[in-house]
Amino acid sequence: MAPKAATGRTSRNPDLIRGVGKFSRSKMYHKRGLWAIKAKNGGVFPKHDPKPAAAETPAKPPKFYPADDVKKPLVNKRKHKPTKLRASITPGTVFILLAGRFMGKRVVFLKQLTSGLLLVTGPFKVNGVPLRRVNQSYVIATSTKVDISGVDLGKFDDQYFEKEAEKKKKKGEGEFFEAEKEEKKVLPDDKKDDQKTVDAQLIKSIEAVLDLKTYLSARFSLKSGMKPHELVF
Amino acid sequence: MVKGHQGEGVRSKSNQYPNTSLIHIEGVNTKEEVSWYCGKQWIALLLHLGQVPRPHGNSGVVRAKFKSNLPPKSMGDRVRVVMYPGNI
Repeated sequence: MAPKAATGRTSRNPDLIRGVGKFSRSKMYHKRGLWAIKAKNGGVFPKHDPKPAAAETPAKPPKFYPADDVKKPLVNKRKHKPTKLRASITPGTVFILLAGRFMGKRVVFLKQLTSGLLLVTGPFKVNGVPLRRVNQSYVIATSTKVDISGVDLGKFDDQYFEKEAEKKKKKGEGEFFEAEKEEKKVLPDDKKDDQKTVDAQLIKSIEAVLDLKTYLSARFSLKSGMKPHELVF
Repeated sequence: MVKGHQGEGVRSKSNQYPNTSLIHIEGVNTKEEVSWYCGKQWIALLLHLGQVPRPHGNSGVVRAKFKSNLPPKSMGDRVRVVMYPGNI
């Protein structure tokens, strides 16, 4: 009820020891001027009505109470950052892929996606590698660079590469025993067109450099006597 | 892949520690050369996957740890190092 001390003001009642003030209650009454406040208000302390509480919307009782108390998972506010790229990796670098279907192929690096994976293309016409995502660890960055300034990469992100959610088919009894119709996964035409547009620009820059096209179509392999720890990439 | 041969496990005179194998990689002859291979993965006998953590001594021999210990029968057998995880 009593008015708060203004910010920055110390108490008017210094502590002699912790818990014991210097002035008695009646002394403090005078010090704080409570008599003056009372006089101003007609002999009674001013009363402030509590603010009317905001009308509470009557909460509907939940339909379902779980049998056991369910623990809420702890809040995780960590944000995902794309992996830090090695200094040798810049847009336009030629990579050697180290694993997977295209092992040993030399490809052109386009950009890093938000997931941290690297977007890469053969180009498709040159060595059969399509627009693909690759992890930094599975790549050797060579010192060869291709000019990719003309290529528009705004449309490619991780969403583009996600698998399409398969619709769940309800199987009837009869259908269960029939052989499932094999739906061939055909690459949609718009993705093929994207590949062509990206590659068109790239191939121009590649053909401008002597032998770069043959270089990209050739696979990298270790020959007898080659020591990778002595190779300069 | 770079090839190598499996040696024995890490051991002292009378005690053996089969969880780590010594591997000699062809063409690697000094401790400094091994540092290129550290962190790379192994494939031994097409079954065991492992990692190259560190060199062993001065002459390029390497200590490797596999998911499951290599069988003693395979001592002297071919082992390959793959180039990933890459670090160039």
